[in-house]
Amino acid sequence: MSDVALVSSPNVGIAKPEESKKYVNELTTLNLGPTHPATHGIFQNILTMDGETIIDSEQTVGYIHRAFEKIAERRPLYQITTLTDRMNYCSSPINNMGWHMTVEKLLGIEVPKRAQYMRVIMMELARIADHIICNSILAVDTGAMTGFLYVMQWRENIYEIYEELCGARLTTNMGRFGGMERDFSAEAIRKIKHFLSEFPKALREFESMVKRNRIFMDRTIGVGGISGERALNYGFTGPNLRAAGIDYDVRAMNPYSSYEDFEFDVPVGTTGDTYDRFLVRGEEMWQSLRIIQQAMDNLPEGPYHADAPHYYLPPKQEVYRNMEALIYHFKIVMGEIDAPVGEVYHSVEGGNGELGFYLVSDGGRTPYRLKFRRPCYIYYQAFPEMIKGSTLSDAIITMSSMNVIAGELDT
Amino acid sequence: MSDRTIKTVEAPQGLEGQGFFAAKLDDLVGLARANSLWPLPFATSCCGIEFMATMASHYDLARFGAERISFSARQADVLMVMGTIAKKMAPVVKQVYLQMAEPRWVMAVGACASSGGVFDTYSVLQGIDRIIPVDVYVPGCPPRPEQILDGFMQIQELAKTEQRRRRESPEYKALLNSYGIE
Amino acid sequence: MTNEQIAQDLVSKFGEDKIYGIVENYGLLNVTTSVDTIVPLLHYLYQHPTFKFQFLTDLGGIHFPDAVGQELGVIYHLHSLENNVRLIIKLYVPIESPVVPTITKLYAAADWMEREAFDFYGILFEGHPNLKRILNTDDMDYHPMRKEYPMEDATRQDKIDALFGR
Ligand code: SF4
Repeated sequence: MSDVALVSSPNVGIAKPEESKKYVNELTTLNLGPTHPATHGIFQNILTMDGETIIDSEQTVGYIHRAFEKIAERRPLYQITTLTDRMNYCSSPINNMGWHMTVEKLLGIEVPKRAQYMRVIMMELARIADHIICNSILAVDTGAMTGFLYVMQWRENIYEIYEELCGARLTTNMGRFGGMERDFSAEAIRKIKHFLSEFPKALREFESMVKRNRIFMDRTIGVGGISGERALNYGFTGPNLRAAGIDYDVRAMNPYSSYEDFEFDVPVGTTGDTYDRFLVRGEEMWQSLRIIQQAMDNLPEGPYHADAPHYYLPPKQEVYRNMEALIYHFKIVMGEIDAPVGEVYHSVEGGNGELGFYLVSDGGRTPYRLKFRRPCYIYYQAFPEMIKGSTLSDAIITMSSMNVIAGELDT
Repeated sequence: MSDRTIKTVEAPQGLEGQGFFAAKLDDLVGLARANSLWPLPFATSCCGIEFMATMASHYDLARFGAERISFSARQADVLMVMGTIAKKMAPVVKQVYLQMAEPRWVMAVGACASSGGVFDTYSVLQGIDRIIPVDVYVPGCPPRPEQILDGFMQIQELAKTEQRRRRESPEYKALLNSYGIE
Repeated sequence: MTNEQIAQDLVSKFGEDKIYGIVENYGLLNVTTSVDTIVPLLHYLYQHPTFKFQFLTDLGGIHFPDAVGQELGVIYHLHSLENNVRLIIKLYVPIESPVVPTITKLYAAADWMEREAFDFYGILFEGHPNLKRILNTDDMDYHPMRKEYPMEDATRQDKIDALFGR
């Protein structure tokens, strides 16, 4: 056993500022955050600066720690969906669906094809909403406010589609174990079609404004880069990893919810810098549109939820008329239904990367342990390394292009 | 745009004659204040995203005289706390409040800021009114942008009708003292 | 490369007393190991010519108050991106001395994950460069995710019995 040679890991020797090195200026300590408008969230960075150059930084997180994992141990499976909404609130439907799929895996519920396609449509819309914010805010941080106001209008349209399906705009709580809560209404279909035909124009315009903009390129190219090897060692996933040239995408690698039926490309970058992250996210929006188009074209007929009376709420009319439905309704809402014993891990491709749910159930009504794998939390660790040696203004846009969501990071 | 209509606020009650207009100073100051409130968005989580929507083109908070979002506490009039405030964050909120100049108003947006919301846990502050006085609570998880706007209009109403001497009154001092603010 | 091959390879390399509790949960291989094996095991899996488990997906703690001598656990999720195979490794330590060697030397990602496990469960990662609380405030004097601690905020007064007519 002891004959295992230890790997000389790529992780040795991360440079701390050497004491002996002569700095040009006196070192300054600068506190950035926790309520700094440029950090888009509640993060604190204590920077050690040599003039304009960042020598070292220390992060503090946890400013909105809400103890999700503790709450999850006290709530029936059904009520945990509410928590997942509030994790990455820029793309809540992805979190909801990821959680539903985890539980369905545990319970062995087979979801009908139509529901799977509907989920794909909603998840891809959520991805677009997520990437819109990230990319347009990045543009704002480099000084281009107009683009933000312009594409935010389209995010409103996505919210309207959500509203058709669940009544909420942001914390969607969309879908149920076993499928969707309701079918697409005619209005929802009209809105999605409208979005599919109109959004590309807006996106193209936004991209033509920013993508080859000299100022934007000068500000972002070569800023905050990370190599593919380091990114893997830091546990990067999602667009940030793909920008560093590694084509890991959960949708392609471990397809869930019928992603194998769709044709889409996984865009990758080369240098992992801010500009690459911007491009990867931009291209992913196009791919998402492609997926939604395919799903809309081939949307199968049939039921939109599985026949799982123990977990899927009966329709309200039935509850009023039918004894059995009333009992199921009561039991589900009160969380009186025990989950089977088991351990299950399921992951989906969230807006920021692999969003995983590790659920340990001991047969009670609540999970024994629920661990969320939050992509933000894991890759935000690399931030000090990515900004070392750059200027303060570069650090700001590096952070904004990483799309760190405080709610997801701190749970 | 030729069909543009310019809206002006109504003048307060007063005495009008040829070449003069007399009204109470309180009313005039209130009017001016109410229509030029500078909000300080203290956005921590989900509700902050809805604030972003409120601010952006579709809902446009700027229509209410809040064009300038003041990220500096020193020049802000309304502290809009949006999102969960964890216990770790509580001192920061208080500090920001203390940095603001009088008159200052506070708006708690969303269930979390008002009462802790769904997070009745060891790490979350159960409502910001435990550390600072709050003027307007906006319910919802998250509130819709319309609701946030409505809350903002309530603040405008407060600003409009506020007595000019309120901030020096012993009642106000006692209120601040009860939060440990001198 | 199947789960069986991995399990067999690990058992033949480290011995049955070090690699046990081999089960498959929903297609995912789970193995349990001991505290002194975890570092060599992860290094072995990292440089294995075919397995190549070189991605740390997640790391988290768990608490079983009734398992005497094995109250606290650490769960490692590994992923071999090349083969697209996942592996879960568990280890348990007694609550009196929950000391586990750190793996930050191998995976940079483990830094905050271990800090989180320390914050939540009080698992001490030996050799960790900066083992302090991460999500909770520094002055907290207990590890809140342990089963005996309540979830609710203790200062809330609107949940008293009188208000519920009890
Ligand atoms: S009230 Fe709801 S939406 Fe607002 S911050 Fe709290 S959990 Fe998020």
